[in-house]
Amino acid sequence: MGFFSKLKESLKTSLGGEKLSDSLTKTRKGFIDKIFDVFSGKKIDEELFEELEEVLIQGDVGVNTAIDLVEILRERVKSEKIKEAEQLRQVIVEEIINIMGEETSALNLTPGELNIILIVGVNGVGKTTSIGKLAYKLKSEGKRVMLGAGDTFRAAAIDQLKVWGQRVGVDVISHKEGADPAAVVYDAIQAANARKIDVLIIDTAGRLHTKVNLMEELKKIRRIIDKEASGALKEVLLVLDATTGQNALAQANTFGQAAGVTGVILTKLDGTAKGGVVIGIKAEQNLPVKLVGVGEKMEDLQVFRPQDFVAALFTEVEDEEYAG
Amino acid sequence: MAFESLGEKLQGVFKKLKGQGKISEKDLKTALREVRVALLEADVNYKVVKDFINNVNERALGQEVLESLTPGQQVIKIVNDELTKLMGGFQSKLEISSKPPTIIMMVGLQGSGKTTSAGKLGRLLKKQGRRPLLVACDIYRPAAIKQLQVLGEQLDIPVFSMGNKTSPVDIARAAINHAAYHGNDIVILDTAGRLHIDEALMEELSLIKKQVNPIEILLVVDAMTGQDAVNVAEKFNELLDLTGVVLTKLDGDTRGGAALSVKAVTGKPVKFVGMGEKLDALEPFHPDRMASRILGMGDVLTLIEKAQENFDAKKSQELQQKLLKAEFTLEDFLTQMQQMKNMGPLDQIMDMLPGMNKAKLKGLQLDEKEFVRFQAIIQSMTKDERKNPQKINGSRRKRIAAGSGTRVQDVNRLLKQFEQAQKMMKQISGMTTGKGKKGKFKLPFM
Repeated sequence: MGFFSKLKESLKTSLGGEKLSDSLTKTRKGFIDKIFDVFSGKKIDEELFEELEEVLIQGDVGVNTAIDLVEILRERVKSEKIKEAEQLRQVIVEEIINIMGEETSALNLTPGELNIILIVGVNGVGKTTSIGKLAYKLKSEGKRVMLGAGDTFRAAAIDQLKVWGQRVGVDVISHKEGADPAAVVYDAIQAANARKIDVLIIDTAGRLHTKVNLMEELKKIRRIIDKEASGALKEVLLVLDATTGQNALAQANTFGQAAGVTGVILTKLDGTAKGGVVIGIKAEQNLPVKLVGVGEKMEDLQVFRPQDFVAALFTEVEDEEYAG
Repeated sequence: MAFESLGEKLQGVFKKLKGQGKISEKDLKTALREVRVALLEADVNYKVVKDFINNVNERALGQEVLESLTPGQQVIKIVNDELTKLMGGFQSKLEISSKPPTIIMMVGLQGSGKTTSAGKLGRLLKKQGRRPLLVACDIYRPAAIKQLQVLGEQLDIPVFSMGNKTSPVDIARAAINHAAYHGNDIVILDTAGRLHIDEALMEELSLIKKQVNPIEILLVVDAMTGQDAVNVAEKFNELLDLTGVVLTKLDGDTRGGAALSVKAVTGKPVKFVGMGEKLDALEPFHPDRMASRILGMGDVLTLIEKAQENFDAKKSQELQQKLLKAEFTLEDFLTQMQQMKNMGPLDQIMDMLPGMNKAKLKGLQLDEKEFVRFQAIIQSMTKDERKNPQKINGSRRKRIAAGSGTRVQDVNRLLKQFEQAQKMMKQISGMTTGKGKKGKFKLPFM
């Protein structure tokens, strides 16, 4: 058992991790089944490596990352004289955890002062919903939270944020649709200071990372924040949809440059998508996943635990018969 | 751009093959490995890629290498043909009921762009002289109804809603009656986004379908979707027997392999593509062009079409003459920028040019505001300066910057871009005024 039972243990005991592991396990069934098919009772041969590569690619890990991972496995099989396929499974878990890191990446917030979190991403990834959930999470932790409706572009985006504000019970600072988002940010900062807010979360309009002028607008928003509340911007979180494929790499790259992204919120993990692209994002750009969205309810936003993520990828909780 | 690497790699693979009569199995295998990686990088589903490669392999194996083509091109041609074939071969139109109203149902995951697409589709049909009605069946997402109402207002299209307390099935039924009474010949149902594994919500779609029997059920798919596209499309199709697909957010830099995956598992055609946030940015789907895009080959056909539509032929010819004589001035640059702007957002045009990679184009990225700024700068120059930009020295730059309310850096940037534009214009004018001969435009893999 060893490593796997340890993973499983961490999966079960980690507080609040239950929902994540539940949904991850549920959604990854296909993925897991394939892993099991690959490993069960087989000798290590070239075909096995190819199948493994296939499984990784199907999890949106990306063709290059998959090839790299399999290459590492090949080398380790050679140097460590691994014979049984079962052992290989352990090795690949280790390697992915190696990339993702063992620790969770907590939000970098300082008590007793204004903290600003800027939320960015392409259209339709779930920025506004994630903000609602994040506000709920932080408020439950006893923080004074405020929202800034910086998406002045999409029809009814402001109303959507206001509904979340009401649900959670936090103030929302907004202008009219079509207003300058930088002005909204300015007002929100003033209001947050006046009302002694702990965390101000700023929504932005969804924008494709290829639109240069919209990315410039993001830079402007950042400049306003730096000017009006120097040092308060603690997190710039990029929201990524788990169903997104390799384009997520380009998104992480461009948003990273324009907005100085500090971490990722991975949404829609309650579907069948694997979100494997975050492995590539971590490997190439060292951007940690901080939070994951696992449903539509207020409480469905959780801290991302790399151990759980990988454990849920490779273990099947309902099936106690697995070997480790 | 990925195409260059694919093109180059294939060229490398086949280089040693020159002079041989047939493509050998081994060389083909190496070449197809590159094609496979290209398709996977484009997010085409793994299984779809596998089948596809097998097909191409069969077709290409042992084929005579045509005299006019290099083996690399031959393989690309086969790949391109097969891709186009797989994607439906020809453009697929929207069905209109012979007995009104035509009921169109939009379905899909959260955030795929259903509401925006519903609005755009309404606009398209309205422009064709029809009287669409938009129906707000998303009672779950906060402010979804409002979003549709705002779109309806912007487009001057009526929106039917019964708030968020009535079941979507009842709303759909009531909407049909409303349409009949008010003479709307098109009814577009905007349903809530849902996960394909959410049984309760999927059942709701099934009930709406039974209730109103739509002639079109369009699955809205985000072009950036990864490997999961097949699962989503399969489930929606199984339950609803889709009639087509709308592929959204194609104005980004995604290669859009999901289009191929969805077509392969459902057999249903992509009918429209969403090309931007503006409400007129819904375009018909061209399988052949999508094939090129997935392979990373650029969309030359669309570019040529757009160029032909928007470039004033006479002006272009004048410009080309000037180019040939190296007389291209800043004034011409201004005219040219204006014409380019008419073709649509510049970044989209650049994407369509094969061999234009993003890094090379860095200095050429213009947004609309930049354009206004450039206009001011050029207009602050003397006629002589416009003709002979090399004359513009430091002190002139200062004067021009002051005169146009910009900074010297802006003037420098303009001059730099002008230089780059001179180079690029040679390519484009060579293409648009090639008297219908496409041969003049050299594809990078040739």
